[in-house]
Amino acid sequence: MAEAALAQDSADLMLSVNNIEVVYDEVILVLRGVSLDVPKGALVTLLGPNGAGKSTTLKAISGLLGTEDGEVTRGDVIYNGVNIANGSPEKVVRDGIFQVMEGRRIIEDMTVIENLRLGAYTRKDSAARIKEDIEKVFHYFPRLKERTGLAGYLSGGEQQMLAIGRSIMSAPKMILLDEPSMGLSPLLVKEVFEIIRTLNKELGITMLLVEQNANMALKHCDYGYIMESGKIVMDGTREELLNNEDVKEFYLGGGGEERKSFKNLKSYKRRKRWL
Amino acid sequence: MNWDLLTQLLMNGLIIGALYGVVAMCFVLIYKSTQIVNFAQGEFLLIGAWVCWWFLTTWELPFVVGFLFTLAFMTVFGIVLQTVVLRPMIGEPIISVIMVTIGLSLFFQAAMKWIFGVNVQPFPKVFDVQTIEVFGMQIQTAYVMSLFISLFIMIGFAWFFKSSKHGLAMRATAFDQQVAQSLGISVKNVFAMAWAISAVVSAVAGIVIGIVNGVSDSLAFIGIKVFPAVILGGLDSIIGAIVGGVIIGLLENFAEYADGQWFQVGNMYTIAPFYVLVIILMIKPYGLFGTKDIERV
Ligand SMILES: Nc1ncnc2c1ncn2[C@@H]1O[C@H](COP(=O)(O)OP(=O)(O)O)[C@@H](O)[C@H]1O
Ligand SMILES: [Mg+2]
Repeated sequence: MAEAALAQDSADLMLSVNNIEVVYDEVILVLRGVSLDVPKGALVTLLGPNGAGKSTTLKAISGLLGTEDGEVTRGDVIYNGVNIANGSPEKVVRDGIFQVMEGRRIIEDMTVIENLRLGAYTRKDSAARIKEDIEKVFHYFPRLKERTGLAGYLSGGEQQMLAIGRSIMSAPKMILLDEPSMGLSPLLVKEVFEIIRTLNKELGITMLLVEQNANMALKHCDYGYIMESGKIVMDGTREELLNNEDVKEFYLGGGGEERKSFKNLKSYKRRKRWL
Repeated sequence: MNWDLLTQLLMNGLIIGALYGVVAMCFVLIYKSTQIVNFAQGEFLLIGAWVCWWFLTTWELPFVVGFLFTLAFMTVFGIVLQTVVLRPMIGEPIISVIMVTIGLSLFFQAAMKWIFGVNVQPFPKVFDVQTIEVFGMQIQTAYVMSLFISLFIMIGFAWFFKSSKHGLAMRATAFDQQVAQSLGISVKNVFAMAWAISAVVSAVAGIVIGIVNGVSDSLAFIGIKVFPAVILGGLDSIIGAIVGGVIIGLLENFAEYADGQWFQVGNMYTIAPFYVLVIILMIKPYGLFGTKDIERV
C-alpha cells in the first residue's frame, strides 16, 4: 500500500496513531483500532460520514477526550517520538498540537483580539511578539481586522477564520482541524480551504483535517484516510483516492450534493466492501 | 427637607455601596468561573478582618505589614479551600455544592467566635488624622480611604479581565470550560485563582469595614447584602455587581431617611433593598446587566 511508501522513514513522521481504541463513559466503544500517520509538513485529511469517529480521533490526539469522559484504552499516539495518549490538553498545546474544535467554538463574548490573545495563552513570548503575530493573522484574514465588536456577532465564515487564526497564535507545529467547512456557503468553503493550504505551505504547519466535504478536502490534501464506524476503511494519496471508484461513488457526488447523496447510499449493500 | 442629613446619607450610601459592590464582584467572580453560589462570601470578610486584627494587636505589626500578611494568608486560604473542599465537589449536583458552602459559612462563623470571642474589637488606630475636609464637609479619613480602595479594586478588576492573560483565561473558562482547555488553559488553576482573588479582595473589604466599625460577627452579614446586589445586577455581570452594590447602599440609606421622615415603620434600612429587588426582578428577570446568549442574525 501507498502508506508504506509515504511513511518510509519514521523520523519524518510528526504524528503516528497506532491501533487506538477509545471508550466513552467506560462502556461505549467508539474507535476500534484506528491507525494513521501524519508526516511533517503534510496536510492529511480524515474523511467519513457523521458518527464515524473522526472528532473522537482528533480528541484522542489533543487530550480533549478527558473532558468528555473518554479514554484511549488501547494503542498509542506517538508525537515526535513520545506517547501522548491520555495526556492533558494543556501539555499537548504546550507541546505544539492545537485542535480547532468542530463548530468553531470561538469565545463569543470577547472581541477578535481577545480571542487571538487567548490563542497565545501557553506562550511565554513578549507582548510585542504576540502583537506581531496578531498582525500576521490579520495578514491572512484581512476581514477580521475590521471587526471590532464581539466575536459572537461575526458571520459563520468569519468565526471559522477567527478559530483558525486563534490556532496559529499558539505557534503550533501541528493543527487538528475539525470540519472547518461546516455550515459555510460554497464560496466561503473554497476561501477557507485555500487559506488552510496556504498556512500549511507558508508557515510549515502540519495539518490533520477532518471533513465531510470530501471534494474540497481531497482537492487540497497530500494524503487521505477514510473512516467508517470507528475504523479506517481506506487510505491513499490524493490521486489514488480521487481516482478510486468507491470514493467517487460514495464521496465525490456532483457539486455540493455529495453529502446528501452519500447519506442515501449509506445503507446501500456495496458499503459492505469497506467493512 | 433636611439637606445636610440627606448629603450625609448620600455619602454613606455611596461608600458602603461601593464596598457592597466590591464584595458582590468577588461573589460573581466565583459564580461565573466555577458556577458555585458561595454562601460563605461574608465569612471571607470576617476571617480577613480578624486575621488582620490579630496581626496588628497580638503581634503588634505595623499596619502595612499586617495588612500584607493578611493578603498572603487569604491567598493561601482561598487556594486551599478550593482544592481541598470544593474541587472534589466538581460534577456533584448543584444543591450539594450549595449545602457545602452554607456549611462552610456556619463553620467559619463558629470558628471565628471560638478563636476571637463574641465582642466587637476596635482596630488599632490606623490614621493619625481622624477627619479630613472634602468640599467643605468634614469626612472621616477611613471613609475616604474606603472609597479610594473600592475604586482602586474596581479599576484593578477591569484591568485584570480586559488586559491580563489570566483574566482572559478566567473569562474563557467562564464561557466554556472545554474551549478553555483546548487553548491550553488549566481549568483547575483558574478555579483556584478565582477563589484566591475572591478571598483576598473580600478580606480587604472586611478590613476596611473593620477599621470603621470595629471587627465583629456583623461583618459576615455583608455576605447577605450581596445577594440583592448581585441579583439586581444580573448574577453573571461584574459591572452589574458594582452598580447593584452601589444601588443597594444608596437605597438602604434613603429608605432609612424616608422612614425617619415620613413612614416610621422602622428597620427599613435592612428591608428596603429586598423590596426593590423583587420589583426590579418582576420587570427585568435577568437583572439589570445579566446576559442572555448572543443571537446572531
Ligand atoms: N462524549 C461522548 N460520549 C459518548 N459518546 C460519544 C461522545 N462523543 C461522541 N460519541 C459517539 O461516538 C461516535 C463517534 O462520534 P464522533 O467522533 O463525534 O464522530 P464524527 O466526528 O465522525 O461525526 C458517535 O456514535 C457518537 O455518538
Ligand atoms: Mg465530528
